[in-house]
Amino acid sequence: MAEESFLTDDFLDQLISVGEVDILVGVPTHNNAKTIGSIVETIQAGILTFFPRDRAAIINADGGSRDGTRQLVVSAAIGDAQSSSKLYALRTLRSISTEYASSPASGTALRTILAAAELLRAKACAVISPESTQVTADWLAALLRPVYAETFDLVLPTYRRHRFDGILLTNLLYPMTRAVYGLRIREPYALEFAFSGRLGSQFLAENAWHGETARAGSEMQFTLAAIAGGYRICQSFLGAKEHVGRRSADLVPALRQTVGALFSSLEPNFSVWNTRTGSQPIPTTGAKQEFSLEPLRVKRKGLREMFSTGVAELESVFQSILSPSTLAELQRIAGLEEASFCYSAELWVKTVYEFAAAYHKSVISRDHIIQALAPLFRGRAFTFLMENRNGSAADVEDNIEALCLEFERMKPYLLKIWNGRE
Amino acid sequence: MWKMIVSELTQAMQELARGFAHILPRIIVVVIMALVGWAVAYFLKVILRSLLRLIKFDKLSENAGASQLLTKASLPSATDLLCRFVFWVAWLGFILLGVRVLGIVGLQEQIAKFFLFLPRLFVALLIMFFGLLLATFLSRAALLAAVNANSPSPRLLSVSVRTIIIIFVLSMAFEELGVAEQTVLVAFGVAFGALMLGLAIAFGTGGKELAQQFLEKRFGQERKDEGKEDELSPL
Repeated sequence: MAEESFLTDDFLDQLISVGEVDILVGVPTHNNAKTIGSIVETIQAGILTFFPRDRAAIINADGGSRDGTRQLVVSAAIGDAQSSSKLYALRTLRSISTEYASSPASGTALRTILAAAELLRAKACAVISPESTQVTADWLAALLRPVYAETFDLVLPTYRRHRFDGILLTNLLYPMTRAVYGLRIREPYALEFAFSGRLGSQFLAENAWHGETARAGSEMQFTLAAIAGGYRICQSFLGAKEHVGRRSADLVPALRQTVGALFSSLEPNFSVWNTRTGSQPIPTTGAKQEFSLEPLRVKRKGLREMFSTGVAELESVFQSILSPSTLAELQRIAGLEEASFCYSAELWVKTVYEFAAAYHKSVISRDHIIQALAPLFRGRAFTFLMENRNGSAADVEDNIEALCLEFERMKPYLLKIWNGRE
Repeated sequence: MWKMIVSELTQAMQELARGFAHILPRIIVVVIMALVGWAVAYFLKVILRSLLRLIKFDKLSENAGASQLLTKASLPSATDLLCRFVFWVAWLGFILLGVRVLGIVGLQEQIAKFFLFLPRLFVALLIMFFGLLLATFLSRAALLAAVNANSPSPRLLSVSVRTIIIIFVLSMAFEELGVAEQTVLVAFGVAFGALMLGLAIAFGTGGKELAQQFLEKRFGQERKDEGKEDELSPL
């Protein structure tokens, strides 16, 4: 139990008083007073409804909230959930809160939850984001049952999303993870997921919990570790997910914690992915993915402008990362009018693969490589918006599928440039 | 008379021979030292080259922007240059040690000065290299941050950062070498002051428009928010 050392004595005492549990639900928080009360109640209701005979605990890992989030978690009494849902627990359901640091770090929050799960010998664990205001009690069942009853090791979510929501997921993370690792995982970066105690302990022991990992990106690394470790993975459809969660200004941190984690996973897992071709579907409960089509006003023009500016201003940086032909093609499209602008799937895939190879070779600072991808992603996002502005849900899905197939088709190019000079 | 001439000549020849006999072993020592020095210097060069290849020094130099400067100046790669530098310094060191044996008056002091100067030269070169590395890294970081924040004139910002750091590094290196310390200090003050003044004038002149742009952007943003124009979530 080497992981005990970074947990506070008070937290350890509370965990010891709980004993062992069957189910653990972790909620990482930081100043989520507005939503945390209802989310904890929903979790309690979910446990009472679907796991009334099982020993369960809710663990809140807090990153230094100053708005009373922790107090709200602890004071969310089981009685509230019982009276509102008319459900009764047959076992004690404890809510424990700990402050892992004075500033938020999602990696450390996950580590705290994993360590608590290991200490409590939890059989199945779920992590619920405090920002998911649409969480329902059914989410608990959808996430935990495959682990608890069907021996899956990792359950990832699928959602009903707006067609333009999560463009980084649909245009890079999903297609590249699918092409490289050969598994069709729609949400490789998930903020709601469930896992077995076995997988949790393994990741806790093997992951390097320092530096960038401690701050962010560990959710993505968790998924990639499960894929590379050959664990049983499935997907569960949860329902609607809000389409406006993060602002576009958050793009660089988002790239760091997802694309950075994906690129850095390629090196240690080379033997896992270099021989895989094509991709396989994974067991999925409910819909694979759903798209909502309600109208959305989006700043398309700004995306293209930032792409063009980025290509012009970062030429010296791109010369270190991209091949001359790719850079020349990017410079050509950067000069096109809005109406004729098209960042094709083939060029996008080539760009991403060349970035991955440059990251592997550390041609410049790795963080700079990730930052340099941001303006190019904006260009691709613009094309995606234009291509799908009048499309139906099926059209959007077809476009994403075509991009995925392009990523798979061009995987030999990634292998070629991985160690080569090109 | 003839006898005297012969005697003097013989004496001179004997003195020359004595002098030659006196200096010859020393010259042999110098030659031996030069040969041993060449072998040691060559060995050091080979070892250093392997070490630098192992730590991928050329890549580091490329990242620092030093390789580009060397290419522009038609100089060999950073690894090659450093190896040659070490080779010549080591060989020259051995030769000078040998020359000391000759006992030439005044030369010993100069040789001692040369050996005292070597560490300072090395430190100055190190300052230059790491300064260049820092300048490249920070100017690129500034460029990327400015581009991603959609700031005006990202390249100007990046070049300014690079210039300030290089001026600072150059002044440090010259100070270490002890080359015209006062002049360098004054030059640094003038250059830095001029740069700051230039920036202040530039911001002062363009400030009105910038402030206007900032306020427009700010209020425009609020208006757009009122109009419910959504920003996309990447995840």
